Amino acid sequence: MTQPLAAATSAPAESEDESLFARFIDVQKSYDGVELVVKGFNLDIRRGEFVTLLGPSGSGKTTCLMMMAGFETPTHGEILLKDTPINGLPPHKRGIGMVFQNYALFPHMTVAENLAFPLEVRGLSKDEIKQKVKQTLEKVQLGDFGDRRPAQLSGGQQQRVALARALVFEPDLVLMDEPLGALDKNLREEMQYEIKRIHADLGVTMIYVTHDQTEALTMSDRIAVFNDGVVQQLASPETLYEEPDNAFVAYFIGENNRLVGEVTEKQGETCTVRLDSGEKVMAKPVAVDGPGSRTTLSLRPERVSILGEDDAARFDNVFTARVKEVIYLGDHLRTRLAVCGSDEFILKTPNASGHHSLRPGQDIQVGWCSADCRALDA
Amino acid sequence: MSDSPSAPLTTADGVPLKVSLRRASRRLKIKALLLVSPLLAFLIIAFVMPIFDMLWRSVDNPEVSNALPHTVEALENWDGESLPDEPVFAALAQDLKTGQEARNLGLVSSRLNYEKSGMRSAVMGTARRLSRIEPPYKTALIDANDAWGELDTWQLIERESAPYTLSYYLAAVDMQYTPSGEIVEVPDYLQIHLALFWRTFWMSGLITLLTLVLGYPIAFLLANLPARRANLLMILVLLPFWTSLLVRTTTWIAILQSQGVLNDVMVALGVIADEMRWQMIYNKTGTITAMTHILLPFMILPLYSVMKTIPPSYMRAARSLGGKPFLSFRRVYFPLTIPGIAAGGILVFILSIGYYITPALVGGQSGRFITNYIAYHMQTSLNWGLAAAIASILLFVVIVFYMIFNRLIGVDKVKLG
Repeated sequence: MTQPLAAATSAPAESEDESLFARFIDVQKSYDGVELVVKGFNLDIRRGEFVTLLGPSGSGKTTCLMMMAGFETPTHGEILLKDTPINGLPPHKRGIGMVFQNYALFPHMTVAENLAFPLEVRGLSKDEIKQKVKQTLEKVQLGDFGDRRPAQLSGGQQQRVALARALVFEPDLVLMDEPLGALDKNLREEMQYEIKRIHADLGVTMIYVTHDQTEALTMSDRIAVFNDGVVQQLASPETLYEEPDNAFVAYFIGENNRLVGEVTEKQGETCTVRLDSGEKVMAKPVAVDGPGSRTTLSLRPERVSILGEDDAARFDNVFTARVKEVIYLGDHLRTRLAVCGSDEFILKTPNASGHHSLRPGQDIQVGWCSADCRALDA
Repeated sequence: MSDSPSAPLTTADGVPLKVSLRRASRRLKIKALLLVSPLLAFLIIAFVMPIFDMLWRSVDNPEVSNALPHTVEALENWDGESLPDEPVFAALAQDLKTGQEARNLGLVSSRLNYEKSGMRSAVMGTARRLSRIEPPYKTALIDANDAWGELDTWQLIERESAPYTLSYYLAAVDMQYTPSGEIVEVPDYLQIHLALFWRTFWMSGLITLLTLVLGYPIAFLLANLPARRANLLMILVLLPFWTSLLVRTTTWIAILQSQGVLNDVMVALGVIADEMRWQMIYNKTGTITAMTHILLPFMILPLYSVMKTIPPSYMRAARSLGGKPFLSFRRVYFPLTIPGIAAGGILVFILSIGYYITPALVGGQSGRFITNYIAYHMQTSLNWGLAAAIASILLFVVIVFYMIFNRLIGVDKVKLG
């Protein structure tokens, strides 16, 4: 499943240094000698890149991060940092900044002392420390908070301090383990942009772990989608959303209608799939073998259109659907339909002026292009 | 407790609201008080009252004024600089006669004997010969016992006729009154309590330090091992709690005595010669070894309860920020465990200075604590006033340590598990 370095459309183009900054080579990890938590993880990270490890809990993404930080040793495989193997290197010699899930700010030290810690252990002079702490605190907009204790700060401020502490000693690589998990929604979005801004300002390489797909899509240059210890797909946010490689990625990233059936015919860029309920659907073969193989069709809700009387010709898939439920969401409408043997078929329509007003029980015509309907693994 | 609009309580100025609130919570308070009342009564009877009784006994001084009322009265106009006159001696004879008949001269004779040796025989001997004694009493009594012809005997009786005395406290810190009423140290060869207090404190301090050094890593393991192994370890830590104190102490005798397990093994291994067996019990080593073992859980549990609240991510953060393992421990983990160290330390130290059985059994002569002298004065010398004074000093020291601890750390930090 693991893909070698897919070309990322939004990867920083200016990176002169083409050598790979950090690499996981065939890394495996087992805690009990019975089960593999990480099964053959490969990832190449370029300098200045923002890479997110995304997956449900227990998928092995945090373990990978901990192996990079040095808190876990790989059972097999190698981790390289700037072309140097670091498997045997203790955490404090790696020079990697890390932001922890619950920030791990030292409660008995003030904010300034927390930031000074990594500088003190590196033997910087008092003046240098003072200056760097001040600069870094200003960078995260907490210039006046140096004398406070972590407990006197709000969650968002603690988050900023944790970020500042991971950055203050100017590491080349910063790891973040679900850093925004404890914040409420608004603050989380604010911090996403903040981290993104700092990443762009400093040009530091970041590896970010989250289970929140929106967060991953917003922030990352590339995303590695984890499931069950394996990277399902490694690609830019656009590619992940538009062109998922398999059913898990399609399901995990964004909303997705799933139709299950069997391939009956495959001709070049299209194939015909007979659903279990009997309908024939034209789809784009992505991860199917030939006729006779089982497949899951993935179709984004916003790529399905409601048809008028005469525009049926535009789509190669047209079906009659019954409206089951309409949910008003302000900027768009979610309509649940019964079509192609599924009761959970979702249709998203923008709340444009003069949109169709649908009622439950009504029969409508819906259609989609075969190019938007991806035939993935079963 | 909502009030109807017509009720007088619904004024808006706030005070009646307080009244109604107080009324609402009063019932709850009474209920709570009733629930704790059995324990409260038990504590008052079995704990608070004995302590006050002890404090009272350490200064109470009724013996002389009870047994020799007429003598005390007759001494009121005495100048205190020369032997008293005939009426005082007559009063003493009368008091001794009454006392001899009532057979209650024992208390006063011991009381006076604490302060001036020879007074027991002076009082008791004179009382026995009283039937043969004729006036004038002054010469007759001095004939009967030389003590009555000494000025300090009478100064003593006058001083100890007061209802309260500090002489027990003075004795507890190896001081005494001179006959003229000044406070001086007792002669060197009689000094015993101060050295014992000092020994009790430094040995308790050492025991506290040892429990800390031994208990810290165990508490760390308890707090950081996976639950299953931590539980097993916890059982091992608590095991001493489930074993009788006497069993634990006597086990140490079996291990450490000169014909004991450890010495036998050492001799068998050729580490020491048979005639050079180590003396590890009935001395300070015995007391320190056994008490460190017995008090270890009291250090481990408060440490553990503090360490359990320190997330492992703190140490990880320190390491990832570039701290070497020991430096990270010293700068991050250790400061966070100080409340546990203080709580365990104060607990072990306070328990230790009041420990009795273990030093009594394995301490020999050199490993005894001040508590063993309290017991001695309670059971053997029967000088309860002195026992009470020593105990009160211990109580005072404990309170001082407790207050220092509360000031620095806060009592609410003490948890056992």
